[in-house]
Amino acid sequence: MTAEPASTPPPAPPSPRALARRRRREALRDLAREYARHRSGVVGLVGLLAMVVLALAAPLLVDPADLTVTRAPGAAFEPPGARFPLGTDDYGRSILDLVIWGSRVSLTVGFLATVVSVSLGTLVGVTAGHFGAAGGTAGRILSSILLRLTDWFLVLPTLVLAVALAAVLPRGTGTIIIAIGLTVWPATARLVRAQTLAVEARPYVERARALGGGHAHVMLWHVLPNVMPVVLAQTTLLVATSIIAESTLAFLGVGDPTTISWGGILESARNAGAISSGIWWYMIPPGLAIALVALAFTLCGRALEAVIDPRLREQR
Amino acid sequence: MTGAPITVPSGAEEETPSSAPAAAASGRIGRVLRYVAGRLLTAGLSLVAVVVAGFFLFRILPGDPVRAMTEGREVTAEQRAELRRQFGLDQPLGQQFLDYALGLLRLDLGTSFQYREPVTELILERIGPTILLAGTGTLIAALLGLFLGVRAGWRPGGPADRINTTVALFFWSVPTFWLGLLLIVLFASGRDPLPGLFPTGGMTTPGVTGTVNVVLDTAWHMVLPVSTMVAVIYAQYLMIMRSSLMDERGADYLTTARAKGLRDALVRRRHAVPNALLPTVTLIFLNLGQVVSGVILVETVFSWPGLGQLFYSGLRVPDLGLVQGLFVVFAASVIVMNLIADLVYPLIDPRVRP
Repeated sequence: MTAEPASTPPPAPPSPRALARRRRREALRDLAREYARHRSGVVGLVGLLAMVVLALAAPLLVDPADLTVTRAPGAAFEPPGARFPLGTDDYGRSILDLVIWGSRVSLTVGFLATVVSVSLGTLVGVTAGHFGAAGGTAGRILSSILLRLTDWFLVLPTLVLAVALAAVLPRGTGTIIIAIGLTVWPATARLVRAQTLAVEARPYVERARALGGGHAHVMLWHVLPNVMPVVLAQTTLLVATSIIAESTLAFLGVGDPTTISWGGILESARNAGAISSGIWWYMIPPGLAIALVALAFTLCGRALEAVIDPRLREQR
Repeated sequence: MTGAPITVPSGAEEETPSSAPAAAASGRIGRVLRYVAGRLLTAGLSLVAVVVAGFFLFRILPGDPVRAMTEGREVTAEQRAELRRQFGLDQPLGQQFLDYALGLLRLDLGTSFQYREPVTELILERIGPTILLAGTGTLIAALLGLFLGVRAGWRPGGPADRINTTVALFFWSVPTFWLGLLLIVLFASGRDPLPGLFPTGGMTTPGVTGTVNVVLDTAWHMVLPVSTMVAVIYAQYLMIMRSSLMDERGADYLTTARAKGLRDALVRRRHAVPNALLPTVTLIFLNLGQVVSGVILVETVFSWPGLGQLFYSGLRVPDLGLVQGLFVVFAASVIVMNLIADLVYPLIDPRVRP
């Protein structure tokens, strides 16, 4: 801002689009600066990036052949040592390799389930909020029905619903994503609806409507961009929830048995009797991985929330 | 969904409870009745939705429930046909739904494929231990969460807030079942060098008699499961109480209380906390679904003989009749608890009194 580029001479003011782009860039930079002030958020972000890099680099670090049950490299239940830093499981596979490889499924399911639930929650929230504020009688009824539906889902025990869905649909990663996505959206819908109502009350929305903007136009071009920050923070928090949910479903035995995920490793640890015989190296690493990743996402989400919501900003 | 437009405005009103001025007593009774009727109607509709969802989830979505249940098992065609007849799956879909819904009205939740017993009986046998575990866990978690939430929310950003929030967030991020397994390995497996202080699971030791001994034995068995539940769910109570108290912090009545010369602790205890507590109570009830999820996992990990373990055993088979019955019971109990909260809440908070 201080070093104005010389390419904008006074007689030819920059086009509105260029101005908007610059303003957006500056807002983004301010946001990043504000975010950097939250130490826990930065820690979370670093942890998160490290985890994603690890998941992406997994094929370089681990040979998938070592993860097959039949050609496992070690003996069963070897304690941590030089060859296997975290010991081996009941088939003789390296726990470290399993955990690294498992991050791929756990993160993928976490992200995709979040995409499903956030899209659904945003759609329901914006629709309910918009038609509740600006619709006629029909719109009000639609909004009320959506709100009731959201509240109904919000009260239902999420896990029971997700497990039921995962149990009756064909086994697979897709099923898990759908089961989680279809059950954790209501909180987002509630949040987005509240934000939508706030945005709808602003004069520029009225102006857009007076100029002839239809429902779709107002929702897409005026409401959606303004609820996006809230959605972003919620997304980050939901990834943590989704990763824990994935591991829970896998642990309850309704996961995808053909893939390796953190929850799946814990389920096999329990089935192999690692708990009663105290084979701690089989069960601590995957659980710790889940906890750390979930914590990293939660820290990022909370920092984002604080950056976006000025009410929280001063409190930190 | 209801088709009755009268319910719509009342739904919109719930958003902002209008502060009713003093009115004639008769009008007041009418308003109270309307409020109660509205809540009952909402809860009733939610229950109907649960019943429909249960039918849809377990009868329609799986395609062929019998195939889903017998997957990976050697079953003859006759056995399949027999099962189909037993579950009424040879009837038309409308008839099936009618039978199922009428059965629910008679508290008949169907038959378990695995135990060959009515689901209602199975549930009644095991509901006691679940209520004991979930009740104790929720109570302790709520008290702990509220207590620590007050500490954290009174001075946001202070050392108490930082420590409490970080610890709570960590426990919140930990998968419930993993924490339970960890506690078993640490305190119950009895491997060198750790002594086995607590039992690895179950609710009682066989052979213990006498009321006092049974109570003590049960309490001993409850230590680890209850700790697990508390650790995972107290965080949400802490966070709710914290933000609720933070909202009250700037309120004028606190300035007044301070101006009166009250000490800080007194301002907090007598003025801020009671007001911050009220919204927290509703949210505690709204989060009961989380308690149900928690209890299922804790019971599974600690072989606690309750509904959660029953649910898990139903999943493993899979015994869809049993899982369906439990789905309806879990969902219905949360809805009923919320209804109770809605009805009791105006008694403790005059601001939302109809």
